[in-house]
Amino acid sequence: MDISDQALVEKIRGGDYQAFESLVNRYESKVYRLSIRMLRNPEDAEDALQETFLQVYRGLKGFEGRSTFSTWLFRLATNVCLMKIRHRETEPGKLLPLEDYLPRHESGEHPQILDWTGRPEEALLSKESREKMLEALEKLPADYRAVFILRDMEGFSNAETGDTLGLSVAAVKSRLHRARLTLRGLLSNYFEREEA
Amino acid sequence: MDEPSEKNCGSELMKCQDILKELSEYLDGELDPKLCEELERHMEDCHPCLVFVNTLKKTISLYKYASSEPLPKEVHLRLHDFLKKKCQGC
Repeated sequence: MDISDQALVEKIRGGDYQAFESLVNRYESKVYRLSIRMLRNPEDAEDALQETFLQVYRGLKGFEGRSTFSTWLFRLATNVCLMKIRHRETEPGKLLPLEDYLPRHESGEHPQILDWTGRPEEALLSKESREKMLEALEKLPADYRAVFILRDMEGFSNAETGDTLGLSVAAVKSRLHRARLTLRGLLSNYFEREEA
Repeated sequence: MDEPSEKNCGSELMKCQDILKELSEYLDGELDPKLCEELERHMEDCHPCLVFVNTLKKTISLYKYASSEPLPKEVHLRLHDFLKKKCQGC
């Protein structure tokens, strides 16, 4: 049976470096995936991965176990990514009010919208489509991107996402909703152009 | 195809704009059952809202598969080398 995270943490605190390597092996893929989704650039993601686990090692003495180890780890990893993003010059600003992401009804006319959901999965998930999806994700402000990635791509609950990012559940829900609407709009634009 | 509008589209209880604000909670199964019922009734009469919900749902599901890069072997090796060097003096 696998040794628990908490048991590994205790061993590491006792000076067992192999236990730390086991913990790194257990979580390195997940942290790398989160980093690459947040940062998109493989070099930055690798830097974030290294920095996160270094912070884990150095911070273990202060880890009080008020949250689970994995929540604490993802909080560190997300913060490392957010710090890197803040140093970039090309990051998107704030999202517009929610109403701006809802369809507009102008002059009594309904604008055109295409239902692209019936397209074959291989087209929706083609290499180019995946690239467009990641490009769209990058257009979200970093704090919205983090919520969407943790909640919808990593499968965290609202409460876990909130714990990880230091947000209330209400704030998680609000950001998630805006992020989803924005991404729907961007993907719809892309698939509608494809169709034309 | 029409987009959801500010009109009522047949439902007496909910307008399209109200529907759209509740969609995430609806898709996550967290919407109050009464509102959920109203929303579904609205969509029976309002095709644009139905399309909007379907495209939103599909967007969320596509992102689950958008990228799942495995950790490259060399990144794994560099990480362990890096940590060994840095943590020796910790």
